[in-house]
Amino acid sequence: MVIEARNVVKHFGTRVAVAGIDLAVPPGICFGLLGPNGAGKTTTLRMVYGVTRPTAGSVRVFGIDVAVNPRAVRSRLGVTLQQNVLIEALSPVENLRVFGRYHRIPHDLLEERVEELLDFLELRSHAHVPVKQLSGGFQRRLAIALSLVNDPELLILDEPTTGLDPAVRLAVWARVRALRAAGKTILLTTHYMDEAQRLCDRVAIVAAGKVLAEGAPEELIAIHLAREALECECDENEVPALLDGLPVAHVLRTADRLTIYADDVASVAETIRLRDGGERRVMVLRPANLEDVFLALTGSTLEESQT
Amino acid sequence: MNISLPHALAVWQRNLAMYRRTWKWNILPNFFEPVFYLMAIGIGLGAYVQQMGGLPYAAFLAPGLVCVAAMNGASFEVTYNIFVRMHFEKTYDAMLTTPVQPDDILAGEVLWAITRATIYGGCFYLVTTAWGLTPWQAAPWALVVIVLSGLLFAAVGLVFSLQIVTIDLFSFYFTLFLTPLFLFSDVFFPLAERLSGVWLWVAEALPLLHPVRLARLGFASRWSVVMLWDVAYILGVSALLLAICHRSIHKRLTA
Repeated sequence: MVIEARNVVKHFGTRVAVAGIDLAVPPGICFGLLGPNGAGKTTTLRMVYGVTRPTAGSVRVFGIDVAVNPRAVRSRLGVTLQQNVLIEALSPVENLRVFGRYHRIPHDLLEERVEELLDFLELRSHAHVPVKQLSGGFQRRLAIALSLVNDPELLILDEPTTGLDPAVRLAVWARVRALRAAGKTILLTTHYMDEAQRLCDRVAIVAAGKVLAEGAPEELIAIHLAREALECECDENEVPALLDGLPVAHVLRTADRLTIYADDVASVAETIRLRDGGERRVMVLRPANLEDVFLALTGSTLEESQT
Repeated sequence: MNISLPHALAVWQRNLAMYRRTWKWNILPNFFEPVFYLMAIGIGLGAYVQQMGGLPYAAFLAPGLVCVAAMNGASFEVTYNIFVRMHFEKTYDAMLTTPVQPDDILAGEVLWAITRATIYGGCFYLVTTAWGLTPWQAAPWALVVIVLSGLLFAAVGLVFSLQIVTIDLFSFYFTLFLTPLFLFSDVFFPLAERLSGVWLWVAEALPLLHPVRLARLGFASRWSVVMLWDVAYILGVSALLLAICHRSIHKRLTA
């Protein structure tokens, strides 16, 4: 295992940020911690790279106890923080050199890495322009480049695409996929379910400092719900009649909206149409996603859970 | 303490890289401040003063102002600049994702504050030497005193910066602490001639007093045992305060 956390707990005074989390991340996969803001994701990450000490429990990364030897662990991993931490007065190249020195990378090797990263994250066009003049997307790519300067075996990304426009998100996703294809292990946090679903081999759904469910995204959807979802408007009192005898795996009601999960929602929709007679009810058929799983597990949407 | 010198130097180099980009805007105000004091008080007011402490007034004033320049250089660095790096730019959060540890950050920042003290104190010493107010032969001793001043005020400022939660409180530090220190630490008049009895002992607590006395006695080649006390005070107080900083920086950065 690249990361092995056992029953990790973190208290800040009386507030419980992480209430006993177990993590096992094997090499070469992209693992997502998924949950609303305030769920304890960032605190968990900070305990993984050893900057926050767990109140209880232990974290081993590359088989090394992080609390005992944080330098050895951190020399082999890279972290992209939620907030870009760039030196605004300096250029991308200068930022990369400064960061390389924190890792004590020898001069010639560092220059080589800088060249590689300028290409890999497409930074070359503005390699010598002060960072404060660069766009948000460019700065985000540079922030990721900084965390790759030591050629890490494990890359930790805290909310890699929060606040970015769609084109930049796609560009960041492409880089994450390329890194995973190159054999790196990736641990990321996100509160975007689509991001987790697209990037992650495994996800842990986290809320209020606990892991509610863990597994491959399709697996989680299959276990907790069903492959597909049907959304429709429906009064409370007509629900029993509407669902009677239908092959439904799971049902969720939010306000006047009913979401039905089944492996084949098309046939469910057809049955509902027949029962409705002439009246045309608006129905949306779509694949079930991790957002649905989160909703089913917590009873609230991600947005409602934001603290 | 768990300091790795190469990592501390990487922190120092980060500040140097940044400073090389911004020094033109930074150096001028800090540098001119003591020059203005020297002109207004040393040359202007000093024209009405025959002698002070056995010296022409401007020559009495110059060694103290060298220490003040060093004090200012270090103080700005460990107050506003460190606060911005810690709370706004999150520089230390970034460093702590690498093998750099909190103690390396502390050591690197102290080294950097001493470096800036040396730049300001050194430039001002050269000005006073060119003016004929301090002897050029005293340059090695000036360097020692400037480095000691930088260390002391890096430690004093850091203790304050690591406790406070809002940047506005620095005006208290400068106006209610550094300014009176500057006015009442032997720089402008010899405290020994104005105070008596127990007050003379109380005055020994003032941090700026010690580098100023080291500079004034050393520049005049009047070596004395009291200078051992001054060096001991500076090293002892710095060590004590940095030990407190070691605890607070861990608390601040690794909670």
